[in-house]
Amino acid sequence: MNDSPARLPLRTAAAVKLGNLSSTLSQKMGLGAGGMIGGRVALKLDPQALNRLTQGRRVAVVTGTNGKTTSTMMLARAVGALGEVATNHSGANMPDGHVTALSKQPDAPYAVLECDEAYFPSVAGASNPSVAVILNLSRDQLDRVGEVRTIERSLRDAVDKLQNCTIIANCDDVMVTSAAWNASKVVWVATGTGWHHDSASCPRCGNPIRWQGEHWHCTGCDLSRPHPNWITADEAMITPDHQKLELRLTLPGKFNQANAVMASAAAHAMGVPADEAVRRLRGVSNVSGRYRTIQRNGRSARLLLSKNPAGWSETLTVVKEANHPAVLVINAQEADGRDLSWLWDVPFERLQGRTVIASGERATDLAVRLTYAEVQHTIVPDPLKAIDQMPQGAVEVIANYTAFRDLNARAAADE
Amino acid sequence: MSESTIQIALVLPDLLGTYGDFGNAVVLEKRMTWRGIKAEIVPINYGQPVPDSCDIYVVGGGEDTAQTLAVKHLREHPGLQRAVTKNAVVLGVCAGIQIFGESFTRADNVTHPGMGLIDSTSHAGGSRAIGEVLAEPANGLFEGVLSGFENHQGRTVLGPAARPLAHVKVGTGNDGSVEGAVQGRILCTYLHGPVLPRNPQIADLLIEWATGVKPAPLDLPAVTAMRAERVKAAS
Repeated sequence: MNDSPARLPLRTAAAVKLGNLSSTLSQKMGLGAGGMIGGRVALKLDPQALNRLTQGRRVAVVTGTNGKTTSTMMLARAVGALGEVATNHSGANMPDGHVTALSKQPDAPYAVLECDEAYFPSVAGASNPSVAVILNLSRDQLDRVGEVRTIERSLRDAVDKLQNCTIIANCDDVMVTSAAWNASKVVWVATGTGWHHDSASCPRCGNPIRWQGEHWHCTGCDLSRPHPNWITADEAMITPDHQKLELRLTLPGKFNQANAVMASAAAHAMGVPADEAVRRLRGVSNVSGRYRTIQRNGRSARLLLSKNPAGWSETLTVVKEANHPAVLVINAQEADGRDLSWLWDVPFERLQGRTVIASGERATDLAVRLTYAEVQHTIVPDPLKAIDQMPQGAVEVIANYTAFRDLNARAAADE
Repeated sequence: MSESTIQIALVLPDLLGTYGDFGNAVVLEKRMTWRGIKAEIVPINYGQPVPDSCDIYVVGGGEDTAQTLAVKHLREHPGLQRAVTKNAVVLGVCAGIQIFGESFTRADNVTHPGMGLIDSTSHAGGSRAIGEVLAEPANGLFEGVLSGFENHQGRTVLGPAARPLAHVKVGTGNDGSVEGAVQGRILCTYLHGPVLPRNPQIADLLIEWATGVKPAPLDLPAVTAMRAERVKAAS
C-alpha cells in the first residue's frame, strides 16, 4: 500500500505526508505529543484538508462544555463494532487535531471527532457529519470562549445548516435543547444532569424558564423540554424501544452515566445495536489519564480533571462518598481561562472537615476561596509534593486543564 | 427579622451571577461574622419581590438577555430603589454599573432605561475589554490599589453627581481612564475576581457604611499573598 491514500488529491496527500512527518519529528525531539503539530502543518499547506480527509467516511462530531473526551472515547469504542475508527482522543480537539487524527488512519471508514465548542461550526461545516452530539453547555473560560449564550447561538446556526445529520442532544439542558430545537433530525436524551445556573432566562426570547421536577418550559415562547427518546435511569438506560440496559461502567459518577447514554444513542444512530454499544463502551477506564490512580511513596492518588463550575460541582459529588484527603490544583493559563472568578461558583464548602492542600500556579487564589469557605488547608504549589505531604493511603487529586495535563505528564514520566 | 443582624441581599443571582460575583456576598458575610457582627445573606431570585429592608445589596454581572430581564424585574419591584432612599449600601458589579445608571445602549444600538440610581450612561465600546486591572483610589475613598479582572463590552460615562471609584493604571475600566462610580452609598465597579475577595479594603468600607463603625483589622494571610501576586502579575 502507498504511503498516501489514493483517493486524496495530490495537494492534500502531500500536506498529510509532511504533517505526519512533523508529528513524528515533534515526538522524537521531545517537543510535544504530536497531537496537533502535524495537523497544523497539513492545514497550512491545504486549508481544505479537513473536508478532503473526511470525504467518503461516516463522521460523528462530539461537542459540549464537559465530558467531550470521555464521550468521544466511548463512542469510538462503540462504533468500532462497525469497522476501523479514526479518532482524536488525546483532547486535541481543534481542526489541527482532527487533521492529525484523520491523517494517521487514512483508510478508516469511520471518524469520531471531539470538537471544541467554538470550532464546532467550522468543523461541522467541513466534515459533513452524519451524527453530531451536543452534551451540555455551561459557563467555561468566559474570557476565552465567551458567554454561554454566544456559544449556544453559534451552535444553533451551525445545526440549522447541517443536512442529513442526526443531532444527539441532551434535553435536560436548556441551552443544548435550544441549539438543537430546529434540527431536521434530532434524538433527545434525558441525561438527568444539567447545570441550571446559566439558563434562568430563555436563550431564544429572554423570558424566564420555569422548572417543574424534570420538566421545564419557557414562559415566553414554545421552547420546552422535548419528550426524550433515550433515558438515563440510575446506573441503567432505557432505549427508544423501552429496553432497559444496565450500564455497569468502570468510570465513576452520574456524569459518566450521562456520557455513556449520549454515546450509546450516537452509536445507535451510526448503526450499532444499543446492547453492543454499551458492552463496548463500559470498558473505558482511563481517559487520557483521567480517573487513573498513581502510586507515590505509599499514597495512591486518583487523578480527576475538572475545568469549570459544573465540572467541579460534579467531581465534588464523586469524591463525597469516601472522606479521603484532597489536593486541589488550579492554574489560569490561556487554555484554562485567565479569570478565576469561577472558583466562587464552586461549592468548596462541601470539603469542610477534610484534609485539603491548595496547589497549582494559582494556589493562593484557591486558598482565599477555601478560607472564606471555612475549609482548613495548607498551600503547596507543586502538586506532586502536595501528594507526598498527605497521610499515606488514598488521596483525591482534582486539577483543572493545564494543571491536570502537566501533572499527568510528570506522573507518567515518574512511572 | 432581627434588628441586630446585617442583611446582605444577593440580588438576582440566577440572572446576574455569571462571573462568581456571589463571592462578594460571602466575603461581606464572613468578614462581619468573624468579627462578631451578625450577618446573613438573603438571596432574591427572579420572580420574587425585592425587599427594601436589607442593609447591603449586592448586584453582579450577567449576560445581555439576563441583564435586560433583571433590570425589568428591578424596575417592576422597586425595593432596591426604596432602600437607597433609606441609606442602604449597594455594590454593583459590571452589569450593576450599567443598570444602575440613567440608560445603557447595547451593541445593537437599542437604548434601555436604567434604574436612575447613579448619574451615568453606558454604551457599547468598540472591543471587549478583557484582562487584569490595576487602579489607584480616587478621592481618598480607600487605601491600597484596586485589583480585579474585567470582561465587558460596555463603556460608562459619569455625570457630575457620580464620582469615580479609582483611576486606571492597567486595563480599561469605565473608559480607559477612570474606573467605577460612587454616589452616596452606592459603589460600582467593572471589576470581577470577584472584587471583594481581591480588595478586602473595599469590603470593609461597605461594612463601615452599613454598621456605622470602622471594623477591626482582620489579617488573612492568603488574601495578602493573593493581592501581592495579582498586583505583581498586572504591573
